[in-house]
Amino acid sequence: MTPYIFLTLAIISVITALLMVLSRNPVHSVLFLILTFFAIAGQYVLLNAQFLAVVHIIVYAGAIMVLFLFVLMLLNLSKDTEPQKSNLWKISGAIASGSLLLTLVGAMRGSIAVQSPEVSDPGVGLVENLGKVLFTDFVVPFEIAGILFLAAMVGAVLVGKRDLKL
Amino acid sequence: MIDMILLYDFALFAQKAGLIVVVFAITLGVAAYSTYGERKIAAFLQDRLGPSNAGPWGLLQPIADGVKMFTKEDFIPNKSERWIYILAPGAFIFVALMTSAVIPWGTRLTLFGMDLDLQVTDINIGILYIMGFVSLGVYGIMLGGWASNNKYSLYGAIRASSQMISYELAMGLSLIAVIMLSGSLSLRTIVDQQTGFGWNVLYQPLGFILFFVCALAECNRAPFDMAECETELIGGYHTEYSSMKLGFFLFAEYINMFISCTVISSLYFGGYHFPGIDPNWLGGLMGPIVLFSKIFFFIFVFMWIRWTLPRFRYDQLMHLGWKSLIPLAILNMLLTGAGVLLFEG
Repeated sequence: MTPYIFLTLAIISVITALLMVLSRNPVHSVLFLILTFFAIAGQYVLLNAQFLAVVHIIVYAGAIMVLFLFVLMLLNLSKDTEPQKSNLWKISGAIASGSLLLTLVGAMRGSIAVQSPEVSDPGVGLVENLGKVLFTDFVVPFEIAGILFLAAMVGAVLVGKRDLKL
Repeated sequence: MIDMILLYDFALFAQKAGLIVVVFAITLGVAAYSTYGERKIAAFLQDRLGPSNAGPWGLLQPIADGVKMFTKEDFIPNKSERWIYILAPGAFIFVALMTSAVIPWGTRLTLFGMDLDLQVTDINIGILYIMGFVSLGVYGIMLGGWASNNKYSLYGAIRASSQMISYELAMGLSLIAVIMLSGSLSLRTIVDQQTGFGWNVLYQPLGFILFFVCALAECNRAPFDMAECETELIGGYHTEYSSMKLGFFLFAEYINMFISCTVISSLYFGGYHFPGIDPNWLGGLMGPIVLFSKIFFFIFVFMWIRWTLPRFRYDQLMHLGWKSLIPLAILNMLLTGAGVLLFEG
């Protein structure tokens, strides 16, 4: 049963990700990206990482995408106001991304097929185990990530307060 | 192999499917009769009679409303984003209905010699699942308001979404205190720790008040109904909607209120536990009865507040959310943490 669910979710995520890139309307892009996030959250559930799946939904679909949508709605993007790019830009973009794709394929071609990691403990993704690992084995990276967030918050407040005298 | 799994799981599948259908029907029924209750309570508070013509005491009023909604002209504005405009009410009501999946409605129900679990699924992150769907609730409003191509709708959508984002934060922070007390994210475990008089509200009075205020704001209920705000924004995000699409938006609000009251009762008021009453009485039916009496009490309080308090101004709303509720929630979290360390460490 699981491989079928995996395949369905994988196909959905690839298709919605493509639609996200290809759709003209930025709001549609955001909606397709939300669908992609849901498909990825489904994959997390398949890996028995329910906590990660829910946090993924809360943070990405529930907060970050809402902010994206917020900005897009206020920007009033339409065909008239959007700057029209000339064909030269399109051609150069296609060449640049094409060469990146070639480089990536070339780099990956010689590598060994990656074995899917064997999960010894099926409960490793549950919130209890995750919390224990985060606060014992990986406590330093965890704290550093916390400080990074704090710095970002302070920075946002500073940018927001234009008239602040320093 | 799939057939084997299906056969093996069929009994469980049928049981869960039945429970989902029953919960779905009850949610819709409660939401429908909440509209009736709202009118009757509003009438009572304003010294009027309320709906009285459709059936005895106007009891058939929700059905009359439903028929009216379905038979009205379904209007789609010319310059709207057609698909998103159609999708938005559906997305809103879908998100509202999804949250009931992790709520424990009772212990076990013994019916015709069968033992039925009164919870659709007991995932170990139940309360986070609810928070996840609460955070998605904003999309229906935002997309509906934006796709209508009407500036009042857009204003309503922007107000509603910034309000929901702001209050979600304080809601999550006040929730953390409860999680610290119970040491679990599963709603079943949280409820089962509150037997007798051990209700969480006694240990978390501040947390309960914060959570309650945030729940009011998340449901877009007065005094926080910035999204509609008839006097300024015509109808807010659903100005351009008519027929059953409007019905979906209004209905989803009542569903949200029902689910919020259920979560409040489960988190802070012991869910299906009541001192002196065993939830296993009447073949397990006593638990749901106790839980629903608590839910109806809170729905009444929600309505009482709506018809008593005037609406906040928008800047007051933001001020309250960011400068009062969030610091208080952080304080509550710190106090709870210290208390847990002192008494349990």
